[in-house]
Amino acid sequence: MTSVMSGVAGDFAAALRDPLVTPPAMLSAHAAPAASTRFCVYRNNVAVSLIGALEARFPATRRLVGDEFFRAMARLYIKAQPPRSPLMMRYGDELPGFIARFEPAAEIVYLADIARLEAARTRAYHAADAEPLELSSLAALDPENFARLRLAPHPSLEIVESAFPIVTIWASCTGEAPLTAVEDWRCETALVARPRLEVEVRRAPPGAAAFLEALARGMSFGEAADSAAARAKDFDLALIIASLIGGGLLVPADGVKQMETIHGYLA
Amino acid sequence: MNYISASPALLPARAGVGFKPEHFGAIAADQQPLGFFEVHAENYMGAGGVPHAQLRFLRERYALSLHGVGLSIGSPEPLDRDHLARLRRLCALYQPESFSEHLAWSSHGGVYFNDLLPLPYTEETLAVVAAHVDETQTALGRRILIENPATYVRFSQSDIPETEFLTELTQRTGCGLLLDLNNVFVSARNHGESALGYLASFPLIAVGEIHLAGFFDASEAGAPLLIDSHGAQVADEVISLFEWTIEQAGPLPTLIEWDNDVPDWPLLLAEAMKAQDRLRHAERGYARRLDRRAL
Ligand SMILES: [Fe+2]
Repeated sequence: MTSVMSGVAGDFAAALRDPLVTPPAMLSAHAAPAASTRFCVYRNNVAVSLIGALEARFPATRRLVGDEFFRAMARLYIKAQPPRSPLMMRYGDELPGFIARFEPAAEIVYLADIARLEAARTRAYHAADAEPLELSSLAALDPENFARLRLAPHPSLEIVESAFPIVTIWASCTGEAPLTAVEDWRCETALVARPRLEVEVRRAPPGAAAFLEALARGMSFGEAADSAAARAKDFDLALIIASLIGGGLLVPADGVKQMETIHGYLA
Repeated sequence: MNYISASPALLPARAGVGFKPEHFGAIAADQQPLGFFEVHAENYMGAGGVPHAQLRFLRERYALSLHGVGLSIGSPEPLDRDHLARLRRLCALYQPESFSEHLAWSSHGGVYFNDLLPLPYTEETLAVVAAHVDETQTALGRRILIENPATYVRFSQSDIPETEFLTELTQRTGCGLLLDLNNVFVSARNHGESALGYLASFPLIAVGEIHLAGFFDASEAGAPLLIDSHGAQVADEVISLFEWTIEQAGPLPTLIEWDNDVPDWPLLLAEAMKAQDRLRHAERGYARRLDRRAL
């Protein structure tokens, strides 16, 4: 609609997004402070709320670079990629990609991966509920039926692969583990999930990513194990079962929440 | 078109509190002496997890007010249909006693600003806002409340006073109003006007809920400027406006909004109980006046 109203909102929005754009001319103030000073309240509110949302979502990233650096980086990110929806829980999904291309942060080589891990944690926090498969409920299965199980990753599960020890670094940044020098400097893959109400971050056993990918493509447990074993040389099925099923990271593939009979999950 | 829904139930005319997840443990430990809880709708638009588990818990035990902050009803652009659908799903799922939104805009040109931004008050904007309220009420299948904003600037184009704008909005759409008394005080001070004067011309008959909150004083010498911070106790001046309002209108559902620098639960509950005492007092006075009128 072409109107006074769209002109007002357009000019107002443009000046909110860019501090170099002068506040809209049609603002009025009956007395001091001047309209331009008053307009800054809105500009400040917007900046504070968006920076605050990123600070809340990326505490470890912030800790690694320090408050001042994080705020400066957040301002640039907000300008480049402002929120596109009122769902603030999703804001910052693209921050890891931004960090990966952000020259001043290049020195901290693992920073973008830590941000990816943190972004995944928020998604897991809000992901759909699903009752995890209990290891004890499978105890009666013979190996043949076990191999025929059709399972799927828990809806909250995300795999964050990295060339750095991101789980160790993340845990030491959040106080979940003591802050010490990382002695064993090797790549780690993070499994981020929320099997029940708590978001959990754990190190993936070798081949977990390949195994989960195979399950997600619809393979049975046995087929996925074979496929992952062929791709990851130190693949260990016992570790996979302990970590993925023991950790509550798998659900029945048909999406049934409650396990009625074990046969319901057989191919 | 007037949308008069068969309202299932309304919020009780008691004190309520804006729910903060950090208080959940304290709230769940006991039945709280509160009439209702209010939540921001947008925080419950994920698929599952803790937010929904907590909201289910509150829903089962208390009256519920769903307060939207992202619909951008005051925007010249069309309403976001996806967002409207999300609100419809939330309302269907939780059946809140009240749904409210703001006389403000927050999105433009595909960008969401996460703040409640002001609009000029003219015949043209009134028609647009009324159409948006109408569309929202139709989509949600219920009457909604619209909240008066805290503002820092005005527009030279505005030629309708805010109270007249809101009155006209209720008449065109059948919507109710959420009267935020902190916003009334903040705006009045910022624009050099009388808060009581504003209230005297506010259509109290349409008010379905009151908000009380704290402000931040950013005034400098000769330049008064209050900011609606939701980060402090309710100011004495705002309490006075509250007493005046419920004396006129009788007790109304009254929310303590405290979103920043959130205090521990006992302090927040104590704020709500102060409001509760005043509501009880107003109820007695109101009943006495009604009795006299009956004679
Ligand atoms: Fe409010």
